Amino acid sequence: MAGPTDWQRRRGPGWRVVMGKELAEGLTSLRFLILLGLLSLAAAGPVYAASGAIRDAAERASGAAAVFLALFTIGADPVPSFVGLVGFLAPLLGIAFGFDAINGERAQGTMPRLLSQPIHRDDVINGKFAAGLAMIAVAVTGTMLLVAGIGLLRLGIVPSLGEVARLVVWLALTIVYIGMWLAFATLCSVVVRRAATSALIAIGVWLALSLFGVLLARLVASFIDPTGATGAPADALAHAQLEQQLSAISPGTLYSQATTALLTPSATNVTVPGLAQLIQLSQQIPTQLSLDQSLLVAWPQIVILVAITIACFVLAYVGFLRQEVRA
Amino acid sequence: MAIAAPAAHIQATALTKRYEDFIAVDELTFQVGAGEIYGLLGPNGAGKTTTILMLLGLSEPSSGEARVLGLDPARSPLEVKRMVGYLPDSVGFYGRLSGRENLDYTARLNGLEPDLAAHRIEDLLSQVHLTDAADQPADTYSRGMLQRLGVADALVKEPSVLILDEPTASIDPAGVADLLDLIRRLVAERGLSVLLSSHLLAQVERLCDRVGIFQRGHLIAEGTISDLAQRAGDRNLALDDIYRRLAAEAQEAPDGRPD
Repeated sequence: MAGPTDWQRRRGPGWRVVMGKELAEGLTSLRFLILLGLLSLAAAGPVYAASGAIRDAAERASGAAAVFLALFTIGADPVPSFVGLVGFLAPLLGIAFGFDAINGERAQGTMPRLLSQPIHRDDVINGKFAAGLAMIAVAVTGTMLLVAGIGLLRLGIVPSLGEVARLVVWLALTIVYIGMWLAFATLCSVVVRRAATSALIAIGVWLALSLFGVLLARLVASFIDPTGATGAPADALAHAQLEQQLSAISPGTLYSQATTALLTPSATNVTVPGLAQLIQLSQQIPTQLSLDQSLLVAWPQIVILVAITIACFVLAYVGFLRQEVRA
Repeated sequence: MAIAAPAAHIQATALTKRYEDFIAVDELTFQVGAGEIYGLLGPNGAGKTTTILMLLGLSEPSSGEARVLGLDPARSPLEVKRMVGYLPDSVGFYGRLSGRENLDYTARLNGLEPDLAAHRIEDLLSQVHLTDAADQPADTYSRGMLQRLGVADALVKEPSVLILDEPTASIDPAGVADLLDLIRRLVAERGLSVLLSSHLLAQVERLCDRVGIFQRGHLIAEGTISDLAQRAGDRNLALDDIYRRLAAEAQEAPDGRPD
């Protein structure tokens, strides 16, 4: 009766049991199927709509440029690119798997029963977060492979090793970005008692940041620096930089900047450059960066995204551990 | 247990839970002996659930001490939870999972071997008369069925101590009788020690060996039903009346704490 049995040791810690159950329940849930459907549309739509544009790009590029990446980054009006659509849908995906993680358990009355089993309390939140992340990874990787498959079969484009490496890094970044929204939604589910309210708050924050983020940045920038935008070129540039720095509070902006750097090998800069940098850039010979150089360009954005993700999860974790069982 | 057998399976000593603005449980001392069925009775809000959460290590006592099977739940919650079955107040299950799947999840959380778990679950389901409904989603269960499933759930880990929080609340009278019979039978078969809380005194009085009457965080009386009846001054009193008299006495008593 005292120590854990062999079977318990083999089975591993409690969070894996929680994760297993959440996965089994989540993968067959309606919400997962709906999101998978949305993502497949996001994958198939642009590739079909933009196949002409991609062929053109392929012909123009004649082998040298990253044609396979164009599959993911080129859209045809009015259909945005796959990358653009994923960037737009990502928060929804994260929110969908997190908004009722903890409060749903409370509403069902399963929380006291779950916590009275011989597991640590953090096993619950860790297992749920891990399961959410795993489902997100499956969904995003699957749709990415779908795009790659369509590209290979329909357009006959074969990726180079470098392009595959870039896509893998971008995939990891995307999972981190969606994980950030998952962590934020989980935080909402810890703090807010009702699942519907928690979903609304998370979606509200997403819309506020994505729709009004740029607007807000522009407003604040013109408040801080009222004359800049219409002043001398140097002032205008400084103003644009200020705006840019302000809009970096939106994770969506960070993600799209990092995406640009990773999937466009010719991108040597993804933020508004300073004056000296601008002169340098204008004299620069168009060039293809290697992956590690592109990573260097996107590094600040990646670091900030990871930091926000960790911060959200830590807040959710601490909040959950300090909560009364009956709260 | 090889250690000098603990006198009681559950022992609370001056157990206290203070929140910022009020005291939920005030210096509660009581014990439940091995194989005993103890009823913790009192109105809603008396601190029964808070006490239970402290015994399970789910809530930290502000002062005082709890011992369950000789262990301190605040220090070794996992060991305690491995040996204590708990049926929470208005127990809930995952609606999309079947009754059997819900129990299976509990078994896995307890680290039971799958074959053993499947056997045990089958057995328990038939004992709580849910074999026919076992593979329906828990969403479709009635309140009484959920409560019976809850009893099975608490027994999946084969506990030595069973804690039942308001087991009969929110089910119809016929269901109550069934459920109490069921609990009595399962407890007798397994020789469990039981702590049972309820605000419906009349329903549980037949089941309990001993009861403690609990009001506003204080234990105002304790003993067998006939002891208490004697104390209240009338042997033939029902528990409801005993409770009413003792509660009134406790409020009038000179050392009674002002509210």
